[in-house]
Amino acid sequence: MAPLLELKNYSTHYVSARGTRVVKAVDTVSLVLNSGETLGIVGESGSGKTTLALSILRLLPMAARKTDGEILFEGEDLLKKSTEEMRQIRGKRIAMILQDPMASLNPLFTIGDQVSEPLRVHEGTPRRTAWQKATALLKAVRITAPETRVREYPHQMSGGMRQRIVGAMGIACEPRLLIADEPTTSLDLTIQAQYLALLRDLQREHGLALIFITHNLGIVAKMCDRVAVMYAGRLVEFGPVRKIFDQPRHPYTRALLQSIPRFADSRNRLTAIGGQPPDLSAPPLGCAFHPRCPDAIDRCRGEAPPETGTTNGHTVRCWVAGS
Amino acid sequence: MKKFILQRLTYSLISLFLLSLTIFLFVRLTGDPTVLLVEPGASKEDMAMIREQLGLDRSLAVQYASFVKDIVRGDFGKSFYYRTPVLELYLSRLPSSLFLAAAAMVFSLVIGIPSGIIAAVKVGKFWDNFGKVFALLGLSMPQFWVGLLLILFFSVYLGWLPSSGSGTIWHVIMPAFALGWFFAAAHMRITRSSMLEVLGSEYVKLARLKGLPEKRVIVKHALKNALIPVLTLAGINLVLMVNVAVVVETVFAWPGIGRLLYEGIAFRDFPVVQTTVLLSGSMIVVVNLVVDVLYAVIDPRIRLGA
Repeated sequence: MAPLLELKNYSTHYVSARGTRVVKAVDTVSLVLNSGETLGIVGESGSGKTTLALSILRLLPMAARKTDGEILFEGEDLLKKSTEEMRQIRGKRIAMILQDPMASLNPLFTIGDQVSEPLRVHEGTPRRTAWQKATALLKAVRITAPETRVREYPHQMSGGMRQRIVGAMGIACEPRLLIADEPTTSLDLTIQAQYLALLRDLQREHGLALIFITHNLGIVAKMCDRVAVMYAGRLVEFGPVRKIFDQPRHPYTRALLQSIPRFADSRNRLTAIGGQPPDLSAPPLGCAFHPRCPDAIDRCRGEAPPETGTTNGHTVRCWVAGS
Repeated sequence: MKKFILQRLTYSLISLFLLSLTIFLFVRLTGDPTVLLVEPGASKEDMAMIREQLGLDRSLAVQYASFVKDIVRGDFGKSFYYRTPVLELYLSRLPSSLFLAAAAMVFSLVIGIPSGIIAAVKVGKFWDNFGKVFALLGLSMPQFWVGLLLILFFSVYLGWLPSSGSGTIWHVIMPAFALGWFFAAAHMRITRSSMLEVLGSEYVKLARLKGLPEKRVIVKHALKNALIPVLTLAGINLVLMVNVAVVVETVFAWPGIGRLLYEGIAFRDFPVVQTTVLLSGSMIVVVNLVVDVLYAVIDPRIRLGA
């Protein structure tokens, strides 16, 4: 079976107005995602996770002038679609949830209006039917008293409710793929757990594929089938979640896993990765991680490592671990 | 909150007091009104008599005190020239000014809002720059000059529009344009900046992620939010338009309160000038007070910082 989503050597480069500065926000990324699977994308802030997600939906800021490679969705290259074709895909076949539920809802329109909007636009559902469906969707994301809530405004909802409403909007047209950009960062822990359980239920019921963008490795371990670790715009390690957690091969992945604070840990200090994330407009030569890497060898300083080792779909970009 | 309103109210009263004192003194700098009221060659005795009738023979302090006392009682005095109560004159002219201001407001919004939206959507492109030039001209060209150019072109060359007076819908077009351009420019600029802010918001991003057509994103999701500050400004501007149309009303011989003020100055009709200025000032002070209080109701930072 062909994968639902496949990226082949995909890059997004931001080019400055005069063309003198190039920021490689996403650089030669390849990955696959099957129907019904969950992919976690992890990495530090600024490693290109959100740019990658917006690239799939072709909603990059205007400055992103240069894209390269292929994004195959259900076998078709999204980069070759027209603007209008892309619009019909957004919200209908691929939906995305943003990280801030407080700011994601328009303050001037009712919940029902906003949740039913994708249905009305993509499927031409008449207003009344769309509102009934919106009520059902609110119920599906476990909003209590959906019949009254549907007529209320965003400011009347709590943060957790708003995030669930945004989720309801995402699944309104039963998309094949839902991208969630740090969907739980602004929620407290109990609401977070509820929301994740909800997403998993929705995934099972609708056969959704999920992409989870997060820096919370705990969520990745619980939710995901595969993990992509990004560093400085590149995928440094990609593979099944068990393999990555049990036998991380890239030094950066190992460092990430070690930096999770543990309750039972007897050490007094938190473990951090030394050094600073690189400046993407002037990344270090060779492997972008080498200045912070404990295992760096001479070769890492001169040459960027290729993607190697495809046993069970586990790949890594590292001279040391890859050979 | 109570303290805040009281404080603002006090400021408003102080401004009105200063305004009344200033206009009282300044209007007396224009000269002796009796010279304009008597026949040429009138005797000194006649002039002294008229001066006494008008109460201008008393000291400034006494005149000012009686002026303030009368106003507090609601009496704005009689016009030297028309010999009728000033308030009656003012109220008979007010509808014309309101009509002109309303027309100028419609014009400024019809031009300002769409061009602001286009400028925000096409930021940095041709229409954005075109709009900037249009706004700059509107803000910098003096109204009397715009008015004269309009008369020259549309009345003298083309003969399409009447050059002055009032009565038909055609009469209001040019004065409304001359008065409204400045405000159209202001409304365009605030629409543009407000739209730019809203277009960068998360809910507009989400509207795009939902796959809505761009037109729907802009008109439904962005515009409605962006209009809030525009309408606040338009509300304050409407009051300004009623009161600052002196030049435009004079150029087009429009019978509004602006021209009443102009006539009052020309005839040294002290009660007319004092009343018109004071009532205009009160209108502006009251609107600002209301806006201040409403903002304080909405925003706790203003309320508590006061």
